[in-house]
Amino acid sequence: MKKENYELKDVFWVDDAACSNAMELIMDARSENEALARMAVSAFIMECNPTIEELEDVKTAISEAVTNSIVHGYPEGRKGKVFLRAYIKDNTLYTEVEDKGVGIPDISKAMQPLFTTRPQDERSGMGFAFMEAFTDRMSVESRPGEGTKVCMEKIFGKEITDV
Amino acid sequence: MEEGKLIDSTYAIFGRYLMVKMPAELDHHNATSLRIKTDEFIMDNKVDHVVFDFEDTAFMDSSGIGVLMGRYKKLSLFGGTVSAIHVKPRIRKIMEMSGVNSFVEIISETGRK
Repeated sequence: MKKENYELKDVFWVDDAACSNAMELIMDARSENEALARMAVSAFIMECNPTIEELEDVKTAISEAVTNSIVHGYPEGRKGKVFLRAYIKDNTLYTEVEDKGVGIPDISKAMQPLFTTRPQDERSGMGFAFMEAFTDRMSVESRPGEGTKVCMEKIFGKEITDV
Repeated sequence: MEEGKLIDSTYAIFGRYLMVKMPAELDHHNATSLRIKTDEFIMDNKVDHVVFDFEDTAFMDSSGIGVLMGRYKKLSLFGGTVSAIHVKPRIRKIMEMSGVNSFVEIISETGRK
């Protein structure tokens, strides 16, 4: 297997003894792996006893982030890896979806609802809007030519006050 | 009314209507082949209306919105329509958040509009 330009020591939860569980999934940037990412995170959060709504929120948010990395991080069938990392601490899920792809030149523009660079592929431009709507916190870091990292947090068992 | 023509387990044509059975999980991976094949049927069979059946669909992300909007843009030029039927509440919520419900008629499992 080809050596990748990441090192385990970079992994963000190492040394954090407060985590109840942690995982990392490294996938080829292929659309088949979107379902794999959703399934992995769904199984991973079972210990938090999510409601069906919370489970669906997480699945949607992860699906959007991983799809973005595959479609936009590695455009035109470029090869590369997508890194999905997750950990659970105090009934909260922390996730990172990272690619080493082309990066986003203007993040605030990319995050505008309905904005898409790939209308020809019928991307709806709702990806970031859904990630924001379905998680409790979301942030995006990106450097053109180096890649993009999306961090999301989801708190389980919150009082249902908003719909 | 014309006799329905069942093409396979996913596509069926009834006169000017194309019925498309949506997959269990509608993501970017499934959406890519689905929209290509749906467009082929639209071109070859001269259909004006596409009805997407979400009966078996438990998951949809923004890729599904792209499929609906894309078909709407094509068909509405010639007075056609796009509908989504048997839509579960979760998927309806996603459709409504995106605003696609302004262009696509959404009908729930119970037949509610």
